Amino acid sequence: MRGNPQLNRNGELQHLLSLDGLPRDIVLQILDTAESFAGVTEREVKKVPLLRGKSVFNLFFEPSTRTRTTFEIAAKRLSADVINLNVGASSQTKGESLLDTVANLSAMQADLFVVRHASSGAPFLIARHVRPHEHVVNAGDGRHAHPTQGLLDLYTIRHYKKGFSGLTVAIVGDVLHSRVARSLIHGLGTLGVPEIRVIGPQTLLPPGVESLGVRAFSDMRAGLARADVIVMLRLQNERMGGALLPSAQEFNKYYGLTPEKLVLAKADAIVMHPGPMNRGVEIDSSVADGPHSVILPQVTFGIAVRMAVLSIIAGN
Amino acid sequence: MKLLIANCRVVDPESGRDKPGEVLIGDGRILALDAEAKSATAARRVDGGGLVLAPGLIDLSARLREPGFEYKATLESEMDAAVAGGVTSLACPPDTDPPLDEPGLVDMLRRRAKALERARLYPVGALSVKLKGEALTEMAELAEAGCVAFSQANTPIRDLRVLWRAFQYAATFGFPVWMRAEDPWLARGGVAHDGAIATRLGLAGIPSSAETIALGALLQLVRETGAHLHLCRLSTLGAVGQMRAAKAEGLPVSCDVSAHHVHLSEMDIGYFDANCRLEPPLRSQRDREALSRGLAEGTIDCMCSDHTPVDADGKQLPFGEAEPGATGLELLLPLALKWGQERGLSLADTLKRVTSAPARVLGVASGRLEIGAPADLILFDPQEPIHLTADRLKSQGKNTPFLGHELIGRVRTTLVAGNIVYQV
Amino acid sequence: MSGNDTANAGGLPKAETLIQGLCDQIKAHMAPGSVMIGIHTGGAWLAERLHRELGIAEPVGTLDIAFYRDDYHRQGLARDPKRSQIPFSVEDRHIVLVDDVLYTGRTVRAAMNELFDYGRPASISLAVLADRGGRQLPICARYLGVQIELPASKRLRLKRKPAGELAFELHDAG
Repeated sequence: MRGNPQLNRNGELQHLLSLDGLPRDIVLQILDTAESFAGVTEREVKKVPLLRGKSVFNLFFEPSTRTRTTFEIAAKRLSADVINLNVGASSQTKGESLLDTVANLSAMQADLFVVRHASSGAPFLIARHVRPHEHVVNAGDGRHAHPTQGLLDLYTIRHYKKGFSGLTVAIVGDVLHSRVARSLIHGLGTLGVPEIRVIGPQTLLPPGVESLGVRAFSDMRAGLARADVIVMLRLQNERMGGALLPSAQEFNKYYGLTPEKLVLAKADAIVMHPGPMNRGVEIDSSVADGPHSVILPQVTFGIAVRMAVLSIIAGN
Repeated sequence: MKLLIANCRVVDPESGRDKPGEVLIGDGRILALDAEAKSATAARRVDGGGLVLAPGLIDLSARLREPGFEYKATLESEMDAAVAGGVTSLACPPDTDPPLDEPGLVDMLRRRAKALERARLYPVGALSVKLKGEALTEMAELAEAGCVAFSQANTPIRDLRVLWRAFQYAATFGFPVWMRAEDPWLARGGVAHDGAIATRLGLAGIPSSAETIALGALLQLVRETGAHLHLCRLSTLGAVGQMRAAKAEGLPVSCDVSAHHVHLSEMDIGYFDANCRLEPPLRSQRDREALSRGLAEGTIDCMCSDHTPVDADGKQLPFGEAEPGATGLELLLPLALKWGQERGLSLADTLKRVTSAPARVLGVASGRLEIGAPADLILFDPQEPIHLTADRLKSQGKNTPFLGHELIGRVRTTLVAGNIVYQV
Repeated sequence: MSGNDTANAGGLPKAETLIQGLCDQIKAHMAPGSVMIGIHTGGAWLAERLHRELGIAEPVGTLDIAFYRDDYHRQGLARDPKRSQIPFSVEDRHIVLVDDVLYTGRTVRAAMNELFDYGRPASISLAVLADRGGRQLPICARYLGVQIELPASKRLRLKRKPAGELAFELHDAG
């Protein structure tokens, strides 16, 4: 096993591929830098000149409007040039390999690649093959990782809970397929959150999930007891087709976040969701729109966090 | 012209002999040993240099990529790799393109191999037409063309009724069936062992039960039909236990494990190393330990390379999209020696797993140092280190998890049927 | 270099003494309705003190120039950026920009670039406690505490002691 591919020889962040194995001080540096950027987004001129002259290529092999848009906004607020590539439409369908696609873009003087791909590990492959001055940011790879989402989730928790000590965090839903869950679990572990819980039916909890440092619950009521933070995961329709669940209704009854399940958590618990939400499936509208919900602020924080990631990486 | 190989450490795995001596060969066979050999006349003398003289290795699974996959490797390059690795006999699976389901194809392959005058080739024929699992192949005709057994390679037969009939038909003629135990439904879509590493890396998993459930079904078919079954590439702790019980029960079964599964586990995937994408997948440390121990105690009969050359295009992909398989003909000896050393076995005992044991599965006379046995021999240095780099490999497949590693055990001379086919 | 009463034991000027002088200058010449903004970190401390002494109505603003530095591509992003806080509109205001030490002028250039991203001020005047020469850009202070010469191998900074007292400190550069 080679050294951590995310860090350069000086131990600085060269690529952001996963929160798994990302040193604590780098995680904190990103959160602290995001704080400073939060001020920028509140100004009249929401730009700073840090990435002026740099090209950020959004390489999305999996479609996404929301994540791609926030990365685009973040890059533009750093004064970078942004090029969006919906690769599904072009070279991939012509059978061009992943590495060939990247090599062609390198030849167009790219500085940063923001990559989303359906296969776990794709950004690692890309990072092994880019030139020394090029950087890769993982915008989501298969089920493996979504590090910027994990970071903005950490930022959100820190914002509302003022820290991480003594917290109980519950992650609910389709953990098996969730890169958001995996990244958040690694981040929470790195920052020393004592109690991390995953809640879901056995079909949606990956084997050996406890090895990630979590407690697994199939009883949502037990899992939510005295939780400080509840993170609801999106349930995709395909799960019903794959014999993992019988119906959305049964799922909502036993694993959806309803007002009467919410009271089992602490009185000042916050409710989070990476979006987009399936109202009435994993989360009831009254909860999503209610006083505990911080779902919209998550999106705002996401821009500052992505600005922090891009500006730290591009300067290394 | 007779050949006397003198001044070597003569090891015969089957009898356990391991002491200095001489071997006299002629007419493609072993004629005499030690004193008798020395006293023979009219023999060309070869100095063994104090190296180990042992039977050539017998590899039960090596893909030569012909016909059909010549862009990955050719018969020439892979036969060169075989003899460079000290492999003097090898069996090739039927998953060529087209698959080995026609006697004409098998015949042509055997002729091509014979003309190269390197290692002996034993083709394994397809159990079903085009490996599709619907219709039976002409097993008797294929056997006459040279097939030693019948197999589905890595393509499972979904319809158990067809599988049952195939076993019955093979049993009719006494043809061995070589199968890898994997339930297609449980394994579907999986690319790694369904455990902690797959969970951490977000890879779709293949549970151990995919192997153990399928193995249970296969063993039951053996009981019902009496077919001789050889299980290929065991990968789970559970399967080792099942094989132990099956042998105790007296079923006509044997099994092998790949050299990779005895040394590597899911941990070796690291940061998505596509060279560790294998079929069956690398499983947990506990599975690896059970396989290593199973091979030592004889529950698992032998070790093979499962040699599968994959071109760079096939491996430079995200883990789940990469083509499974590792190159291994040239690594079989050093990996076997490494395993034997870890288990504290003697050299003779270690080599048994790659010589006389696979010979027995194949039903051939080589793999032993006996008077009258074929003169398929190797001279090797059990201490010589090899720093493994891509250009050191003669195979066109450079896809190995051991790139950059230091392995020990180097073949210096290889003889097949008494002819020197490789020499350094 | 100024007289002995403005120097402390190590030969560095006494910050507390200079602050009074600076205050007098600003009070005498600053435009009515001026606002004050300090550059992190030493400039911000100094601005807070001046702001209090001068009794300026609007709250004091602070600027962190981490995102406007011209050496980002060589040094990367600063490890612990602070947050810029300008709690008033910059549009059409007379601004007194405050920093502890004026050297090459690059910090002030970055601060001005950042200020202009907040709006268009009527004017900007620079107040510094120490000017050590070595300018690389056409920037000068309107309000100045002391001029001092230092070797290029040294860095001069303002430090704030626990009780709030401000003092100069000399470090090795790099």
